[in-house]
Amino acid sequence: MRRLRYPLYATLIGLGLWQAVIWITGAPHFILPSPWRVAATGFESRALIAEHAVVTGTEVILGLLIGAFLGGLTAIQLAASPKMASMMMPLLVFTQAVPVFALAPILTLWFGYGMASKIVMAVLIIYFPVTSSFYDGLMRVTPALLDLAKTMGASNAQIMVRIKIPHALPSLASGLKLAAVYAPIGAVIGEWVGSSQGLGYLMLLANGRAKIDLMFASLIALAVFTVLLHRLISALADKMDSVSLDK
Amino acid sequence: MTSAPKITLQGSYCIEHDALFEAVTLHIPAGQWTCLLGRSGVGKSTILRLILGLETAGQFDGVVFTDDGLPIDGRASYMAQSDLLLPWLNLRENVVLGARLRGETPNLAKADAMIERVGLTDHYAKKPAALSGGMRQRAALARALMEDRPIVLLDEPFSALDAGTRADMQDLTADVLIGRTVLLVTHDPAEACRLGHNISLLTPTGIEPWDVPLAAPVRQTDDPQTLHAQAALLSYLRAVT
Repeated sequence: MRRLRYPLYATLIGLGLWQAVIWITGAPHFILPSPWRVAATGFESRALIAEHAVVTGTEVILGLLIGAFLGGLTAIQLAASPKMASMMMPLLVFTQAVPVFALAPILTLWFGYGMASKIVMAVLIIYFPVTSSFYDGLMRVTPALLDLAKTMGASNAQIMVRIKIPHALPSLASGLKLAAVYAPIGAVIGEWVGSSQGLGYLMLLANGRAKIDLMFASLIALAVFTVLLHRLISALADKMDSVSLDK
Repeated sequence: MTSAPKITLQGSYCIEHDALFEAVTLHIPAGQWTCLLGRSGVGKSTILRLILGLETAGQFDGVVFTDDGLPIDGRASYMAQSDLLLPWLNLRENVVLGARLRGETPNLAKADAMIERVGLTDHYAKKPAALSGGMRQRAALARALMEDRPIVLLDEPFSALDAGTRADMQDLTADVLIGRTVLLVTHDPAEACRLGHNISLLTPTGIEPWDVPLAAPVRQTDDPQTLHAQAALLSYLRAVT
């Protein structure tokens, strides 16, 4: 319980500020609903929100798994071949210069209104952070250690599996922590552009019908989901750190 | 283990057309300790890397050969200044790293014998973070012994240890590496005079042999001849630019 004390304080302060803004500005509930009103709506519409949260959650988790897998594989490929790395890295950075949000309509066109386009969106948004951080970790192995492995007659594949990858696990973990926060952004943007389910869709729908309290309730559900996902990935990351660093 | 060969390195080395050393000849007699001394940046570690066949920054124009005509590759083990233990493996897993890296099944009984030889039996299941600096270096020695190679190249393996631990490690290493062809790269005249059957000084103009004390290594730290030799060696190194 003690660990939860400060996050609880922060939540209470946030809710207090929210309510204070309403009192000071006198904003009507269809512009800025009160925390209490949002909570009440959230509770009343819990089945609806849960139904859409399951969709968004599935998109995010599948996006995270696929993105982490592809990012990890790319990083290993790049680390295994310096030529490939010098060819691919500028290309990867270039693709990051294209805002992923701008791709959302195209992805919806290609992959349809279902989950696929949102999963692709989430994959695209986390692919680079995972690749880049894992690759950095793979390349940061002490050169003397690689020399030692070579004198022992190690193959490049064994050096990768037994030295470089375990050594780079903490870097992969920090990439995954970032990815846990980015992936929901990708999924929700995808839902905004075109979908018939998911929390992003519910937010747009509620907005269109002036149900601002439902919109806020959906937003909070999304935020809570993201925080939980981040906590889960962080716990996993700590495990990876302890494997690699023996803390 | 095959018999320990004599190794000879002859040649010049330059980095971007600037010579690091020219026309040097280094003889490393079979089954003995040869200590290579010289100022920082003179190319001691480069020589060690050339013998091991590792990548270096410049161009080597010369040859490295053994008196039995067999290649060095696959017959040499290497110990560096840092212990290079993998933090996610325990001591015994670290000792058998070579076999694991070659995709072989490690000989755990032999590993335990090596760990006993370096006096770490009680600590075999500990991770490196739980070991002291001296214990870690002993683990690195056990790992090198596990490879059971006739040639052992040591790149300042004792320089990061405190004086007492260093002397203990020197004794232990000299004991367990008897009969092997050893090249020890070091900055420390006292270490060279204690351990070396031969001492070679690397300077930009070439390699010069240095007379070793009469007593056989490992020499006593309070042996007058050894003390005299190390003082003379230190003065010489300070005078060489």
